[in-house]
Amino acid sequence: MKRHLISAADLTRDDAVLILDTAEEMARVADRPIKKLPTLRGRTVVNLFFEDSTRTRISFEAAAKRLSADVINFSAKGSSVSKGESLKDTALTLEAMGADAVVIRHHASGAPYRLANSGWIDGAVVNAGDGTHEHPTQALLDAFTMRRRLVGRDAGIGQDLSGRRITIVGDVLHSRVARSNVHLLTTLGAEVTLVAPPTLVPVGVENWPCEVSYDLDAVLPKSDAVMMLRVQRERMNAAFFPTEREYSRRYGLDGDRMAKMPEHAVVMHPGPMNRGMEITAEVADSDRCTAVEQVANGVSTRMAVLYLLLGGSEPAVTTARTEENN
Amino acid sequence: MSKILIRGAKVLGGEPQDVLIDGETIAEVGTGLSAEDAQVIEADGKILLPGLVDLHTHLREPGREDSETVLTGTRAAASGGYTAVFAMANTFPVADTAGVVEQVWRLGKESGYCDVQPIGAVTVGLEGKQLSELGAMHDSAAGVTVFSDDGKCVDDAVIMRRALEYVKAFGGVVAQHAQEPRLTEGAQMNEGIVSAELGLGGWPAVAEESIIARDVLLAEHVGSRVHICHLSTAGSVEIVRWAKSRGIDVTAEVTPHHLLLTDELVRSYNPVYKVNPPLRTERDVLALREALADGTIDIVATDHAPHPHEDKDCEWAAAAMGMVGLETALSVVQQTMVETGLLDWAGVAERMSFKPARIGSLDGHGRPIAAGEPANLTLVDSAYRGVVDPAGFASRSRNTPYEGRELPGRVTHTFLRGRATVVDGNLA
Repeated sequence: MKRHLISAADLTRDDAVLILDTAEEMARVADRPIKKLPTLRGRTVVNLFFEDSTRTRISFEAAAKRLSADVINFSAKGSSVSKGESLKDTALTLEAMGADAVVIRHHASGAPYRLANSGWIDGAVVNAGDGTHEHPTQALLDAFTMRRRLVGRDAGIGQDLSGRRITIVGDVLHSRVARSNVHLLTTLGAEVTLVAPPTLVPVGVENWPCEVSYDLDAVLPKSDAVMMLRVQRERMNAAFFPTEREYSRRYGLDGDRMAKMPEHAVVMHPGPMNRGMEITAEVADSDRCTAVEQVANGVSTRMAVLYLLLGGSEPAVTTARTEENN
Repeated sequence: MSKILIRGAKVLGGEPQDVLIDGETIAEVGTGLSAEDAQVIEADGKILLPGLVDLHTHLREPGREDSETVLTGTRAAASGGYTAVFAMANTFPVADTAGVVEQVWRLGKESGYCDVQPIGAVTVGLEGKQLSELGAMHDSAAGVTVFSDDGKCVDDAVIMRRALEYVKAFGGVVAQHAQEPRLTEGAQMNEGIVSAELGLGGWPAVAEESIIARDVLLAEHVGSRVHICHLSTAGSVEIVRWAKSRGIDVTAEVTPHHLLLTDELVRSYNPVYKVNPPLRTERDVLALREALADGTIDIVATDHAPHPHEDKDCEWAAAAMGMVGLETALSVVQQTMVETGLLDWAGVAERMSFKPARIGSLDGHGRPIAAGEPANLTLVDSAYRGVVDPAGFASRSRNTPYEGRELPGRVTHTFLRGRATVVDGNLA
């Protein structure tokens, strides 16, 4: 493992599989009556959030707390510049307080990279979403969810996603989730197809290791997992698409479309969902939709990331894997 | 004033010659010159160029003296071999009145390191709505002939047309910062393969090219000349080449950084590489070099854009756009154009001195190195190799993209009307 987790592209296949395997061990802890490990006792994890994201923050907070780390939540809403304090000064403050890891969410692409590489702090940096760049722990929890569903909870240990066909649908242009997933899923051997209106695909996508399609119906029957991205309604005002209705007609997932997917295929969503926009209630509430599972898996995956980055040389979970079979 | 004899300099890169300066002018050029009372500078095969002229400099004064002043900026210019710079109008207050341009002009006179020719804003406050009093700025002591809203594009086609027409009355020229504003909302870097990966807002080439295409057609229609600032794309080159082939009176500049650097550098998210127009691709860089060599692009201009440290020591999106360039321009041109065989030193002199002075109608600069001409001269040690260390810059700002990079060539002497402003590589 590297010292920081900035981009899913930084992970080798073995790194990624190690995180997923460790996450499985962490998930077993969540099934126990006492959901806590002493692993990171005495270590300090700072959640540095320049952008509101309650879901991601509490997921990291739960993960750090289950590993017994001390958690400091630092919410710096709005731009660091308009607030008057620079990212650098905030970083120096955290360093002075002895942060062992900084989990950063920032509206500016590259802010975690700058934090990790500018000599401002010594601790590990975890990217919890930067602008329209990346969200690597989201991709890891998505991969974790896919491996469980498509390969199997125990059968999946040590395995990647070779040969699985993953379709990502929606606002790829503005999506850090899509960027991280393209990197990670490809590293894990999956075949990725992006589906979006051409306005929401970045210029330069031709260099990405994936296919691009404008036709959702054609791709669905060949998908093992379909990931629906959140589409912000305000994109319509910048002429990315004409109306919400037209968007959901062409790129939304409803019951009829879901029926075109292979029986084993799952529907994923990073949340929060725009019901009625990119996904109908029928699909969101069906057994095939993993949205809620993804939230639970997010905690296990982030536990694994924090554990591995903060250098847990001891096994995180002492209970033998074979004791629990489900 | 005393006499100076520069002995054995390769004038415009040609055969070694001696150049005798008497007072403010060149007295004699030849071989075996001697003058008993002259101070002798052994040039020893160094290159002698006419004093360089920069058509595009941001001196920041008035308003942003924390990043540069007329004094520090002209010291940087002299260090880089310049004897004249055109000061851009995007100061605070904006140089859109006779009062502000005269202030900058006066500060230039007082600095003594190089001549400062103010550029006037095309529109009031660079807002693109109402023409500034262009005639008043021309008639002022500053004698403005170049007008630009640089930093912003004159995007309204009617305002641009009127400006092009209006300045014909006094031989002015509009220098356009070609950037279609709607296509570049939120733009952070060149739109392409790298921006797609980095998730930074794209500044598409077409935003530059569409404005250039419009403006050369406007210039043709109203019979005016137009100058295009900091051309940065292969497509822009093709449009200017086409316009020139039609006889349209267009000139264009390229910056040193667009001749050398590409958007691959942005992968570091280091805002020292953040600039407007943005660093483009390798293909663009090669097209720009070729265009500068064949004359499609007329000149090199630095777009020297100083910013204080804190405006670059931050996340990419929060950082200011721009790079300092006066002190490294000639070295970058030597590396990208001379050492690649695309230009000889006479070609460098044409593009960094003669032609910029002509475009800006600047008297006394960009003159041949010949008897009777003003002694504005730059002596270059082209054999020198050194690593760029911004700590040694004369500029008040340090935002150079070349820190730690080895570049060839060094200005050892600069003469402004016979007076040395740089001696042995140090400011006099």
